[in-house]
Amino acid sequence: MHYLESYLVVSSILFTFGIFAVITRKNAIAILMGIELILNSANVNFIAFNRFGNFEILDGHIFSIFVVVLAAAEAAIALAIIINLFKNIGTVNVDEAKVLKG
Amino acid sequence: MDFSTYQILSFLILPLVSFVILIFVRSSVAIKSHFIALPLIGLMLINSISILFKSLQDHHFTLKQSFQWFSTGEFMINLGYYVDNVTAIMLVVVSLISFLVHLYSIEYMKGDLRYSRYFAFLGIFTFSMNGIVISDNLIMMYIFWELVGFSSYLLIGFWFEKHSAAYASKKAFLINRIGDIGMFIGIMILFFSIGSFNINDIIRGVEAGNNINYSLLTISGLLVFMGAVGKSAQFPLHTWLPDAMEGPTPVSALIHAATMVAAGVYMTFRIFPFLTPDALLIIAFIGGITALGAAVIAITQTDIKAVLAYSTISQLGYMVMALGVGAHQAALFHLVTHAMFKACLFLCSGSVIHAMHHSLHSLNDHHTDPQDMNNMGGLKVKMPLTYYTMLVSTLAISGVPFFSGFLSKDAILAGTLSYYHIHHGLTIFLPIAGFGAAMITAFYMFRLIFKTFHGKPASKNVFNHMKESPLAMTIPLVILSILSLAFVFTININPLHGHGWLTHHIGYIKHVAGLNMHEVQDGLHHAHNSAMFISLLVAFFGIVISSLFYLLNKVDVERTTTFFNKFKLYDLSKNKFYINEFYDFILYKPFMRISKIASIIDWDYYDQKFIDAWGWITLKISNLSGKADYSILDQKIVDGVSHLTNYSSKKLRNIQSGIIQNYLLGGFMCLVLIIIVIQQFN
Repeated sequence: MHYLESYLVVSSILFTFGIFAVITRKNAIAILMGIELILNSANVNFIAFNRFGNFEILDGHIFSIFVVVLAAAEAAIALAIIINLFKNIGTVNVDEAKVLKG
Repeated sequence: MDFSTYQILSFLILPLVSFVILIFVRSSVAIKSHFIALPLIGLMLINSISILFKSLQDHHFTLKQSFQWFSTGEFMINLGYYVDNVTAIMLVVVSLISFLVHLYSIEYMKGDLRYSRYFAFLGIFTFSMNGIVISDNLIMMYIFWELVGFSSYLLIGFWFEKHSAAYASKKAFLINRIGDIGMFIGIMILFFSIGSFNINDIIRGVEAGNNINYSLLTISGLLVFMGAVGKSAQFPLHTWLPDAMEGPTPVSALIHAATMVAAGVYMTFRIFPFLTPDALLIIAFIGGITALGAAVIAITQTDIKAVLAYSTISQLGYMVMALGVGAHQAALFHLVTHAMFKACLFLCSGSVIHAMHHSLHSLNDHHTDPQDMNNMGGLKVKMPLTYYTMLVSTLAISGVPFFSGFLSKDAILAGTLSYYHIHHGLTIFLPIAGFGAAMITAFYMFRLIFKTFHGKPASKNVFNHMKESPLAMTIPLVILSILSLAFVFTININPLHGHGWLTHHIGYIKHVAGLNMHEVQDGLHHAHNSAMFISLLVAFFGIVISSLFYLLNKVDVERTTTFFNKFKLYDLSKNKFYINEFYDFILYKPFMRISKIASIIDWDYYDQKFIDAWGWITLKISNLSGKADYSILDQKIVDGVSHLTNYSSKKLRNIQSGIIQNYLLGGFMCLVLIIIVIQQFN
């Protein structure tokens, strides 16, 4: 059962769910969660390729830890933006934030 | 410059000063114009007489001086004067007649609107005439030649309100121009073959016989003579002179009888030494035809001035004929005597016209022609002084002994006879023309006298209002009639002997290109007696026939006219041989027709059709291009681009919905698309 493809399928499914959530969710927090899914699918890919690619060093693992750290930072900033958004327009529905409409 | 130079130059300066002052004179003092003109011309007259006396004392009298006017390379034009015996005589003639005409005009032109301008014009005429007389080269003569033509134009058209006067001045100017063109070409031929404009240089060059061949010399001589044909009203170009009588009568006396028309003869006299035999023959024939033809025309004219005009043409023909046959002395002699008696005749006719005019004016009659002899008659009683002076000058022109015309005409006739004796053949025409014209002259001049001064007055009313002209007009008449007497020119008791101080003073030219002067002088001497006899006879006949017709009424004029008219002879003479009509027919009418056609082509076709068509085409093209520019280029293309931009931006701005997820979806789709594309092409 140790095949690269099974990991890639899992990561693809994760990515697809993540994209789906980002594109279709109206709630900003749900979008943030979608982004987390996308980042984690990338993590799965990094680790899987490192494991099956016969690499001597653990670059993939290191990279995935970086991504986790980055995701934590990103989540902090995103939440701050969402709180500000809520303060300004009183909702976290992203459809309402369309001041830049042409 | 010495005294004599100033003396000669004064002949140009004095009349020019008179002209310049009078042309700018204020109209308030214009009525006193003669106080300026008369003293200046009088001074000139005294001057000319002093030169004449000086030349009489010195047999080899010549004054000459010339300076370079300008030059362009080889081509050099000098101005200068040459005064010899002949010039001295001419200067006296011009100054005297000019002075007397000025004096006469004071009364004649009194009350005219342009009184000062009249005297100014007389001044410029005198200036230019003196210029012709004293100039030593042909180009300077030509300049003054044109100037006399110009002043003649001004004076003929002096009363330019009258249509006929304006027409006559134009005609005179244009016809003279024809002759002048020939003269100019002749002068240029002479210059380019001999290399000088100076008359004496040309004569010397021809004598030396180099640089110019016979036929070229003949042609150039005849071309220069063409100027004389125009100015002296010789046969083909004579038609302007009778029309020139539209000018004031004193002007006719000065310009168109005594001086300007004689300028042609004077010029021919100057160039006479280098004229070839063929040229002289043609000149003689032109003179003969003119003398006879003009005399025939004069018979039937009823206008007093027209008779005198044709008589002038006829007498000028005599002079030209005299030059042609080599009797140059006689030509100049006749020029001088003719100047005196013809000026007298014209001034007398002016006196009659003046009186007629005033009489008609007081009767408020503006329809009767004051110049028509049929309206006169019996004036002898009313105007005795005019009558007797006119009679004297008529006797002179008719060639009656004791009067000047007899001597000079006799000398010319002797010349024609001797020419015939030398050359024979067709030259018999010359003496026939000469004697014939002499008889006709006697006839028509006495016809004029009888019709004007004798018989019954045509209108009692007009007759009663006639009176003798004032002193200023009669004094010139008396002086001129005295100068028409023979003894003035000969100082000789014998009336038949023509050689006096004047002919002696004219002298005679020994070397001539065209003739053997020795032979000519011999011939003249031999022909003298027979010529005198015949000319006495023809003058007698002319006067007798004339008195039979018009004084004694023995022969009915009407019946004779009808008789001659059976052969159309009367009409021929009355209508001046139809020469005017002929010129009309061959020159004027075709010219007008061509002009009319040209004008139609120019206006109706070229202008109206062709030029306007271009306008029309341009208009249409502009319309079209305007439409294309506005409707298509501007409205469709230029505006279309902006419309398109506007439209597409309106559509495209919908893409920027402001919803971040849309952008993301778009971005993701594009990513997928790019990946698919890359997959496909790898």
